Amino acid sequence: MDRSEILKQLHGIFADALDNDDVKLSNETTADDVEGWDSLTHIQLVVGIEKHFKIRFASQEIQKWKNVGELVESIHKKLPS
Amino acid sequence: MQTFSELKRNLKKDFSNLKKIKIAILGDSATQFLMQALRGVGYENGYDLQIWEADFNQVERQVFDPTSELYEFKPEIVIIFQSAHKLLGKYNKLKPEEYSGLADSRMEQVGNITTTLNEQLKAKIIYYNYTEINDSVFGNYATKLESSFLFQLRKLNYELMVFAASQSNFYICDISTIQNQSGKANFFQSSVYINTEMVLSLAILPEVAARTFDLIGTMSGTLKKCLIVDLDNTMWGGIIGDDGMENIQVGSLGIGKAFTEFQYWIKKLKNRGIIIAVCSKNTESIAREPFEKHPDMVLHMDDIAVFIANWENKADNIRQIQKILNIGFDSMVFLDDNPFERNMVRENIPGITVPELPEDPAEYLEYLYQLNLFETISFSNEDAERTKQYQVEAKRTVQQKSFTNEDDFLKSLNMVSLVEPFNKFNTPRVAQLSQRSNQFNLRTVRYTESDIEAIAVSKDIFSFSFTLEDKFGDNGMICVIILKKEDEKTLFIDTWFMSCRVLKRGMENFVLNTIINFTKEKGYSFLKGEYIETAKNEMVKNHYFQLGFEQSGNKWLLNTEKYENKKCFIKIK
Repeated sequence: MDRSEILKQLHGIFADALDNDDVKLSNETTADDVEGWDSLTHIQLVVGIEKHFKIRFASQEIQKWKNVGELVESIHKKLPS
Repeated sequence: MQTFSELKRNLKKDFSNLKKIKIAILGDSATQFLMQALRGVGYENGYDLQIWEADFNQVERQVFDPTSELYEFKPEIVIIFQSAHKLLGKYNKLKPEEYSGLADSRMEQVGNITTTLNEQLKAKIIYYNYTEINDSVFGNYATKLESSFLFQLRKLNYELMVFAASQSNFYICDISTIQNQSGKANFFQSSVYINTEMVLSLAILPEVAARTFDLIGTMSGTLKKCLIVDLDNTMWGGIIGDDGMENIQVGSLGIGKAFTEFQYWIKKLKNRGIIIAVCSKNTESIAREPFEKHPDMVLHMDDIAVFIANWENKADNIRQIQKILNIGFDSMVFLDDNPFERNMVRENIPGITVPELPEDPAEYLEYLYQLNLFETISFSNEDAERTKQYQVEAKRTVQQKSFTNEDDFLKSLNMVSLVEPFNKFNTPRVAQLSQRSNQFNLRTVRYTESDIEAIAVSKDIFSFSFTLEDKFGDNGMICVIILKKEDEKTLFIDTWFMSCRVLKRGMENFVLNTIINFTKEKGYSFLKGEYIETAKNEMVKNHYFQLGFEQSGNKWLLNTEKYENKKCFIKIK
């Protein structure tokens, strides 16, 4: 799966966790840019992503992404090529 | 079951017309998600759970400081969540010679918390028990060694049950069983714990919230009283009308085992006081035969309160069962293997619970265990007698038809009633009736055992409990009155509820005669009554009017000096 496809699929997970279909995501988006993306929602997102892509993040990974692009990169590495 | 995201979405919905309950959550781990899930589950069930959450790890500060926010909030229910993980953290810090005292010291703390809460609040307490963790320091040997963490944790769970049995307002929410059923890998997610201090995974939150709500709902009177069961391929394997009695599957062989175990479960529910009814599309005589003659049947005719087998549609038959039992549809559960019948009943009988039984009968029980349909907050010996009472009621209905004059019929019943104030013997039953009575209940004020104990010793409150016995059998306690002194002249009827089993026997007249005599003896001139409307008590809307009370504002007044005893065929025992 390429990075743009991952970003596209992330959109659905964010919309579900934030209960907002209009959420806009790009590689540069950070938590500060998105209404409702706080530390608790972040966990909901992480669990949602793990379930959707059938992957697991290590505990330390969860807090280190600076923007959506880095998150996409993390997912990309874990998916079978 | 809903996902956490779905429950969370409920929080944005309109709660304005829902029943409000004030709940406080105190936890030693992060509880924000639990609070959201619980409020979401409350919405699904028609409740506006107004939850106040203590700051993280403030259990003791909130409880032991009389000026804390907890006491300012005045919750009706206090939920305490002390997690197994934090308990392990505490154990880790102990000196080895202190290990064996872990459970005792935690129990002492739980005891102090309970005592203090009881002094400060009139709240019920829900306490989560401890999910099992084996720290694998001793392997299996931990089970032989009192100082191991596993030993202490299991001891603690046992001691909590002993403690709960001795306390009238302390209830355990058994999350240890939830972890056993779902597996620790599903219950707990390390990365979530490390990053948020939450010990519940997102996947398990809806389950924990639902089991917690089971207790809350039951505390406010929502509970299941009756199980209606289909026969062919539900109670036994095969179709009795086609296969014949010899060929149905029940007993110790093959799939028969699943039905036998299922029947044992139903038998235990019956012994607990759940009313068992049968509703089946069959010819009645054929459907009864296994209950009377099959050697491997666990259930027999005397286990079944109402037996309906005919070719009418099931919704009509369930309405018939409801008429005989006189309980709400929302207190009934219907089990049927046939999806068509399930949908038909679900669509036509609002409120009834119809579980989606798995296709394979071997899975019925595990599935039903998980649903936790029969939550209760009390249990008394009378519960076990209930089936007999309903069977007697069915007989009474038959005899009533043979009398043309109602007075003659009532006289022939030789009814007697024992009238007593609340005491330690009848307290559990009074509290239980107070939780269960919905229809014949004038003000629907719910009282717990501890409330009843307080009323029993109060000087300005007068209590009455009534039993009713007749030639067919003993109905047990069926009516409760609580009178409160309003002023020197007036007693207020704070509580009047009655079991619908004894309608149309003149019990209302007997009760009124009794309390009027009491009122006069004590030197009061007026009795004041009130009707508070609920979704279920329309039956008693005109109760005071019919008994001759006069309307006065939104209350009802009766001048006891002008009162003449009403006709009644019940004698005092």
